[in-house]
Amino acid sequence: MNSTLFVNIFRFILLLAVQIIIFNNMNFLGYISPFPYILFIILYPVNGNKSGLLLASFLLGFIMDIFSNSGGIHTTACIVLAYYRPYIFKFSFGLSYEYQTIKLNDVLTPERFSFILLAALIHHFTLFLLEAFQFSFFWDILLQTLLSTAFTIILCIIIIYLIKPNRR
Amino acid sequence: MQQIFNFIFKNSNRLLFLLLLGISLFLTIQSHSYHRSKIISSANFLSGGAYEKINNVSEYLHLRAQNDALAQENAKLRSLLFNVKDTSSIPKLDSIKGLHPDDIIVSKVIHNSFNAHENYLTLNSGSLQGVKPDMGVINSLGIVGIIDDTSPKYSTVISILNINFRLNAKVKKSNHFGSLGWNGKSTGFVQLTDIPRLAAIRKGDTIVTGGQSVIFPENINIGTVDKIYIDNQTNYYTLDVKLFNDMTNLGHVYIIKSKDREEITNLEKRGKNE
Repeated sequence: MNSTLFVNIFRFILLLAVQIIIFNNMNFLGYISPFPYILFIILYPVNGNKSGLLLASFLLGFIMDIFSNSGGIHTTACIVLAYYRPYIFKFSFGLSYEYQTIKLNDVLTPERFSFILLAALIHHFTLFLLEAFQFSFFWDILLQTLLSTAFTIILCIIIIYLIKPNRR
Repeated sequence: MQQIFNFIFKNSNRLLFLLLLGISLFLTIQSHSYHRSKIISSANFLSGGAYEKINNVSEYLHLRAQNDALAQENAKLRSLLFNVKDTSSIPKLDSIKGLHPDDIIVSKVIHNSFNAHENYLTLNSGSLQGVKPDMGVINSLGIVGIIDDTSPKYSTVISILNINFRLNAKVKKSNHFGSLGWNGKSTGFVQLTDIPRLAAIRKGDTIVTGGQSVIFPENINIGTVDKIYIDNQTNYYTLDVKLFNDMTNLGHVYIIKSKDREEITNLEKRGKNE
């Protein structure tokens, strides 16, 4: 139990650092910016403490906001994702997900992919909607969400594979 | 009473979510209003210090480009110096009117954002160096933004690439002025609106800051006209202005203290009060 706690704290700090130092500076074509720091919320233990996850994602988003001068948009997007995570689990892995031993950081299966896709979509849409804060930018927001989601997913999968190479 | 407690226990997760959502939405909305929250800004000790550390490393990667820019600026200043006919009257250090050398604070961009609709920069000088909100920020190529908030050692800048940024600007050769803003699309272009149709404007004309701004001195470079079109609603010209600055790659900047600013704003305030 303690080791998962430490792994999560370590992941929290590492992902934040990588996001702030490297990925915040990426901006392809003026639209596409990846946010792989949401991996923390995605990889949080399935049966872990839900209030703990909410508080941790609040802190995660809050630090991101301080570093990117963006008010509360990352905070909002993160806690929305953290709150809807069980529902995405239910959608991707079926109703009885709580009794299975789901490991997300493993070989990519359609279920895992759909989970990451939905999580990234929800997070990015909230983020860009609040960032623009005007409905006149609606098509911009959609385009930005789709492209950035694709980019984030690719990076998330690469990071998962890099950190957890499957030992066979 | 029992039921209330039961309700709270049962829905503790949802209530926590709503509480946190409320806080974060409050922060979001506050950041979009003109008077931004002072907590969430990269001018504070934690993030400012971290950005300075990061910048110390990444600065080395841009040394060559920075040197080129400095050499070019030197060459320009030298040509100004040598081309004066009477060598006894060496021009004042700054040819911009109303500006003295001690009115400029040299600073460095330690964090730059350009991928949001509301972009902010962070500089490594703050109120200890005399930086105050609403000072103008320029570099050797053109304008960069306006100081938004300061802490003792750091300050944040509203970038010219911010949809809330407004500035009075004019066409250099004809003095027709309009309002400069950004439409949130491309990082290389800003828009100059409300230029009267009478103005004879051609592609490639230079756009500079206008005299109505109390933040910037007049005639500081902004960019060149790239595209001209007529606004359907107002029948005025809207110009796409290609920035001289590459806003995605900024190094050292100058912060301008304008001494007249206080006097002008005080005067205008007095006029309104009466």
